Amino acid sequence: MILLVGGRLGLVFFLHMSLHMAQRFCYLSSVKTISKGDHMQGERKEVQPEYLYRQMVRARRFEEALASLWRRGLISGELHLGTGEEAIAAGFAAHLEDGDAIALDHRSTPPLVCRGLPLEPIILELIGSEKGLCSGWGGHMHLFSRDFLAASSGIVGSSAPLALGFALANKHLRQGKVAVCFFGEGAMNQGMVLESLNLARVWKLPVIFVCKDNRWAITTRSKNVTAGCLTKRARAYDMPAWKVNGLRVDDVCKTAKRAIERAREGRGPSFVLARCSRIDGHFLGDPLFRIFEEPLEQVKTITPPLIRSAIAKPGAPSGARARALFCISKAIALAGADKLKNFKDPLFISKNLILEEKRLEIEREVFEEIEKAVRTSLEVAGLKR
Amino acid sequence: MRVSFATAIEKAIEHAMAEDERIIIFGEDVHLLRNNLYARFGPERIIPAPISESAFLGAAVGVAMAGLKPIVEIMLVDFIAVAFDALLNQASKVKAFSGGKWNVPVVIRCSCGGGYGDAGQHEQCLWGLISSVPGISVVVPSNPPDAAGLMLSALNAEDPVVYLEHKLLSEYWLDYLGAGGRKNVAFDIPESGASGEIEIPPKNVAIGKASFLREGSDITFISIGVSVHRCLEASKALEREDASSCVLDLRTATPLDKESILEASRTGRVVVVDEDYLSFGLSGEIAAVLSESGYRGAFTRVGNTGVIPYARHLEDRALPSVDSIYEAAKKILGT
Ligand SMILES: Cc1ncc(C[n+]2csc(CCOP(=O)(O)OP(=O)(O)O)c2C)c(N)n1
Ligand SMILES: [Mg+2]
Repeated sequence: MILLVGGRLGLVFFLHMSLHMAQRFCYLSSVKTISKGDHMQGERKEVQPEYLYRQMVRARRFEEALASLWRRGLISGELHLGTGEEAIAAGFAAHLEDGDAIALDHRSTPPLVCRGLPLEPIILELIGSEKGLCSGWGGHMHLFSRDFLAASSGIVGSSAPLALGFALANKHLRQGKVAVCFFGEGAMNQGMVLESLNLARVWKLPVIFVCKDNRWAITTRSKNVTAGCLTKRARAYDMPAWKVNGLRVDDVCKTAKRAIERAREGRGPSFVLARCSRIDGHFLGDPLFRIFEEPLEQVKTITPPLIRSAIAKPGAPSGARARALFCISKAIALAGADKLKNFKDPLFISKNLILEEKRLEIEREVFEEIEKAVRTSLEVAGLKR
Repeated sequence: MRVSFATAIEKAIEHAMAEDERIIIFGEDVHLLRNNLYARFGPERIIPAPISESAFLGAAVGVAMAGLKPIVEIMLVDFIAVAFDALLNQASKVKAFSGGKWNVPVVIRCSCGGGYGDAGQHEQCLWGLISSVPGISVVVPSNPPDAAGLMLSALNAEDPVVYLEHKLLSEYWLDYLGAGGRKNVAFDIPESGASGEIEIPPKNVAIGKASFLREGSDITFISIGVSVHRCLEASKALEREDASSCVLDLRTATPLDKESILEASRTGRVVVVDEDYLSFGLSGEIAAVLSESGYRGAFTRVGNTGVIPYARHLEDRALPSVDSIYEAAKKILGT
């Protein structure tokens, strides 16, 4: 009897070990195929703080460069910067490798930069050049890179089902490869995201849902329109859900590793709620933000009709009107807050992860890298610097 | 009084809400997008919603069936895709399925249209797609008095109305999504569409009634929304070459004002200009109306043949322009 049980255990152990070794082997052979330049890191290696810091600075300087191109009128439409989300982008991208897919929302550039995409094609795309990443057709909300299995969309929530598809394809075609989707906390109320959580679980897909919680959806404070707790919501779909401080790149990196390894091993989906900030408003030129930045000019146009309406008859009782006015002014007052506070800036927070000397060196190198990318792109597009 | 396009809409809603307490507004960010109405009518009637279009557009159908008059806002008409069931299978069906005994007086307000470099997920028109569903009216005003008048009619309507507000005409939309406060970006905004005279209270404009903006005998432009203004521009250029043009502003995509279309077609040369998709849409519908009525004259159309690209210069080529309209007209005039 004991022998029998022992034999069975032995068999199970043997099977387990051989599976494990097979996975190891798969992993090793995949590492050899990593070819996308020096931004890639093998997952089993410890990710160095210098590496993470560099990626964050790259993402930040890139966003700043885009902002200045936007201000020059060279980028059209809405430009949603991902400033405040760099730690999330860097922390997750550090664990991704060839064959892994990413599905992105309207703040797509930091993950793309951290993932190691060449910068010039992105810049060229955003300035509307036919030499851009998508030949000038996509623009900043619709960036696609087939090589990196990276796709973005401006429809809130759509990154979740897309990632399911990437994950299912990976399950068939690229064993051990995963899909990561990024979306905001506002998107957590979009039906297709909730349907995706369920589907990911019942199909046991290698997908990681990364919810970037900056507490805003345009001018709406998400807590006012969101019931319950988001990690509990995800756990209700029977998957692990972790809350991390998305401003701390080391924390994100650790959780990302856990979630991604889990998916690689075929143990199914997980959910990460990462608190972050929205440093530059919803998009550049955000009207709430402008009230904050140039109060006199904005107040002149907004206040008179607002006051006229607030006292016009007939209408709601005065208590209700007061509540409405309070809500409007609160949104305005809070909109700029993330910009003012250093402790909401992931770069500032991460400064002490590495030595000052090294940090300055990284910052200098990144500054040059981004400047060169912008310079080259403008030259290619035939524009002045 | 002289007002902007957006103010005209607001004046109409303000007037209607003061008269009829059953009117409520809900949608994303309405507390700030409609801050003046919010300050006057309060949080009970102007209700901010989460990003859950399928839930709140679906809810709007129920709200309307049960006695209120909702204006439900889908920020950009492109986003209606995630909530299309509410329109395609619910709002549009109730009246017929109930044997005419129950109706859905809902107004669905969305911004639409391009011309500011935001690409094809944010710049579509979709009045053709929506109009293809029986049981819904779709209005597309091209100037402030029509914007106010059609909003009043939509709020008086018994059945679902999709109210489309073109972003090139609505200064706040264009400022949010296109300019962002920048002075160094340019948009081709039609003056006579972006501001104009309205009466207070605004005058009704009937749904389903087109308007002749210009009488002429050589060639007819039939159009809707911003393209109407492009047609007017093109007709000025043609006038310099002694061709006189008739310009018909449909104002309503469905129900189509067939009578006015036929009347306008008497020049024997019809150019339909439609910012929406060329295939399976409004321009083809007008061709069918003409053909079924025995029209034997010349016909051509200018429209959008594919996905709207991001880059401004590519976008300019994709959307109807004064140049492309002029070219089409010259061809059909044989000059
Ligand atoms: C289906 C859909 N509805 C609405 C919008 C308009 N919109 C763009 S971004 C946004 C807010 C998204 O909030 P969140 O998901 O928290 O992302 P954040 O902008 O805060 O990063 C909204 C409502 C959209 N693009 N798509
Ligand atoms: Mg958010």
